[in-house]
Amino acid sequence: MSDPILSVRALEVTFAGTGVSVPAVRGVDFDVWPNEVLGIVGESGSGKSVTALALSGLLPPNARVGGSIRLGSVDVTTAAPEALRQMRGRDVGMVFQDPTTSLNPVLPIGRQVIEGQVAHGTVTAQNARARAVELLREVDIPDPAGRVNQFPHQFSGGMRQRAVIAMAMSGRPQLIIADEPTTALDVTVQAQVLSVLARRQAESGAAVILITHDLGVIAEMAHRVAVMYAGRIVESGKVGDIFKRPSHPYTMALLKSLPRIDAGGERLVPIPGTPATPAELQGGCPFRPRCAIANGRARCAEAEPALRAVGDSQFSACHFAEELAPGAPPRAGDDDAGAPAIVTALQAPPKAAEDGDLLAVDDLHVHFPIRAGMLRRRVGWVRAVNGVSLSVRAGETLGLVGESGCGKTTTGRTIMGLIPPSGGRITFAGQDITNLTRSDMRRVRRHMQYVFQDPYASLNPIKTAGDIVAEPLRIHGIYDEMGGAARIGALFEMVGLSRQHLNRYPREFSGGQKQRIGIARALALQPRLLILDEPVAALDVSIQAQIINLLQDLQRELGLAYLFIAHDLSVVRHISDRVAVMYLGRIVEEAGKTALFETPNHPYTQSLLSAVPVPDPDVRSKRRRIVLQGEIPNPARPPSGCTFHPRCFRATDLCSAEAPAFEMRPGLATRSACHHAGPLAAAAPAETAGASA
Amino acid sequence: MSGAATRALGMAKRLFRNKGALAGFAFIATVTLLAAFAGFLPFDPLAQNIVESLEGPSAAHWFGTDELGRDIMVRVVYGARTSLLTAAGAVAIAAAIGIPMGLVAGFFGGWRDAVLMRLVDVLLALPGILFAMALIAVIGRSQMAALVAVGVHGIPGFARITRAQVLSLRKRDFVTAVEALGASSTYSMFRTVLPNSWSPILVQVVVLSSVAILLEAALAFLGVGIPPPTPSWGEMLRTGKSYLYEAPYYAVLPGLVLTLTILSLDTIGRALSVVLEDRQMIGGDTKLERVP
Repeated sequence: MSDPILSVRALEVTFAGTGVSVPAVRGVDFDVWPNEVLGIVGESGSGKSVTALALSGLLPPNARVGGSIRLGSVDVTTAAPEALRQMRGRDVGMVFQDPTTSLNPVLPIGRQVIEGQVAHGTVTAQNARARAVELLREVDIPDPAGRVNQFPHQFSGGMRQRAVIAMAMSGRPQLIIADEPTTALDVTVQAQVLSVLARRQAESGAAVILITHDLGVIAEMAHRVAVMYAGRIVESGKVGDIFKRPSHPYTMALLKSLPRIDAGGERLVPIPGTPATPAELQGGCPFRPRCAIANGRARCAEAEPALRAVGDSQFSACHFAEELAPGAPPRAGDDDAGAPAIVTALQAPPKAAEDGDLLAVDDLHVHFPIRAGMLRRRVGWVRAVNGVSLSVRAGETLGLVGESGCGKTTTGRTIMGLIPPSGGRITFAGQDITNLTRSDMRRVRRHMQYVFQDPYASLNPIKTAGDIVAEPLRIHGIYDEMGGAARIGALFEMVGLSRQHLNRYPREFSGGQKQRIGIARALALQPRLLILDEPVAALDVSIQAQIINLLQDLQRELGLAYLFIAHDLSVVRHISDRVAVMYLGRIVEEAGKTALFETPNHPYTQSLLSAVPVPDPDVRSKRRRIVLQGEIPNPARPPSGCTFHPRCFRATDLCSAEAPAFEMRPGLATRSACHHAGPLAAAAPAETAGASA
Repeated sequence: MSGAATRALGMAKRLFRNKGALAGFAFIATVTLLAAFAGFLPFDPLAQNIVESLEGPSAAHWFGTDELGRDIMVRVVYGARTSLLTAAGAVAIAAAIGIPMGLVAGFFGGWRDAVLMRLVDVLLALPGILFAMALIAVIGRSQMAALVAVGVHGIPGFARITRAQVLSLRKRDFVTAVEALGASSTYSMFRTVLPNSWSPILVQVVVLSSVAILLEAALAFLGVGIPPPTPSWGEMLRTGKSYLYEAPYYAVLPGLVLTLTILSLDTIGRALSVVLEDRQMIGGDTKLERVP
């Protein structure tokens, strides 16, 4: 085999703080060969992004770097600033997470794409424009000659990220470092960007280091994988081996804790505890407190295991890697205890399933005025929610999925009475709550509660956790009636928190624990319906499973109904009974989860499902992926007829003229809003051709 | 409550790690204590002794004597009483009117915001000294008049700072959260938004105190402040300037005390805003401390 492009040996990065220094990367070795994609995967605090910055010599001044990073002929750790400048752009290209902030808003895209090459003198001023057009064409920007003079705000998010890829590739570098390149993008846009990245990588023969927290993206893209935990690589190997025969308990647990879009609803096996942060390491194996096979063995506490070969090309940093026989059941997490018996004592068991719907939404419209000019005159409407009908029965979970801007959060908040509806009817437990007075709505709110996406922002920072959970009872003046402090303690235990933490402030809790506080607060009033707005989206992968299991336990024990709003289809499939898919303010398809995920009939659902990366490298070769063109249109100016028709692979003249009704169609198992609804397989060849253009 | 006390203590500790703020606080504390207990000291600010007029600093009279032979140091201490009381009263008036104005304007928005903020604009458009002189011309020279005039001048500052803080909190999830729980506007305004707004308001209290002391002195200097013979720093500067050649210390020493007071308050204010910003950052989303 040829020489590696990049060799990293014993890389250490320490951040000097006031008094303490925090080791972020603690001894990392790896090589990258030409024409391969190395995936680095890890949770927050694992050191993956710091590693990326170290590779390109972009660490902040308070970082101390040890070890060596050889890139071609340059050692990045010791090179002079001028040598590093030469190296960037020529030998290394970078793609960062957020395309909005990594492009300069006041320069035309074309000029930015070519900037590096001009600076390095590898392209002349006369040829710059032609080269920029060529680069943009290579990343599938439509009309590159016209677009080259446009500014970043005229590009959509996915186009911006593709322009950043073009920029990174402009100098024909041997190595591209992509740090979470699709995390800020929607699923269908992520599919576009990943396919461009994969194609350009194959065409140019460059090596790519792909850094992400998403195992699905890794399985989809990478040839080799390195798994990082607490500043070290704990496992590395070929992508197939890692996913099929993980040789480190962390990798194994991570894979088991992941809800999968291609699997049924088996209970998730969460990893207990929270990810180790470098600041609080105490020697020994850093994964020991969360490990399923450590079992308190002395060796794990005494020595931190080194990365060693456990197979042909697989390496593991575990003393007992050999014990991880395929399929060995990991220990059930201690956070998995769920709701103890105390729950039933405090809350009456759910009544037998009632007839009819607990929540029914009929033709809901929420329109926001757009105002402009001196007199703030209304110049148009943003139709955020434009005719949504859905229902939730007692004790069931309805998943509401859609990409950003589709109106799913607005729907949830309107049901909750936080945003006034512009039209339609909302019925809760048989009572019309659409236009209730404040005091009547207050009573309804006791039975309907909301859990927010961001656990950091949704808790009052100056109240203690106990006061936050008690707040709903105090607001309704039923604190003593409901059992006072004893009730708060019981709620704490119900969501898996210790009573001893009642007096701590939100900032002292981790993200997962904060979300538990949010759930306890929502449960305090004994609601019958919880509206969960992306409750796990802000959490680390290994924490998501803990919260999902908690929600399922609570539902079973308390007979709660959930309206589960999310963009993550895997999570939605795991937790929902029924699923509704939203696009541009409307529900386009709705069915029981098996029907919807197995035999989707609306082309949007079909492409959405095909775009989700599956954490299984075998699937990537078998699966046919529909890459949608374009992005979600502006809801202020929706397309005529069916709003999906400009991106649809089945669209006909009928679609642009007439909006389809949302109804059951003969012979199909799902309710859908499409003139040409039907399973994907029937007309497959023609469709693939249309879609992959 | 103990939680709030602990936090206040922790904040004070961080504040006084700044040496300037510590020195400033020591100076203000000394002046305040002297002013508060001046009545218990065996000195009379009004006792005249024409024989000893315009004497330089001596063991008997540390700051010297004025044109009527009164002890300047004793008068500076009693003058502090006037200045600090006027400042405290003015800040209280400004806060009592400005904070609710900003709170209502920021929380409800719409026409309430428009009306209240135009009112603030009108107040801002009036030059402070001119407005104070006009007010005093109408209601006459008295401590109350000076206090009200300075207080009204401080209203826009409180209203604007409170409004800005409320606006930034209004759409935060934890405010929406109490609304989703069924809380009334009054509850979320006073129990959730306001307690999270104190940091910039506290800084404004310190800043306005120094402005108020200065403005009160300026009014006295122009001869429209608190009427003599009540000792006041501005009044002493006004009289002292006539004797600048014979007795320079007469104007300089009270002026020095005034300058140091303002300097101390400004130093504390600046250090306080830094400490509070840090605290907010930690309260945000860093994970410095964790529950095991």
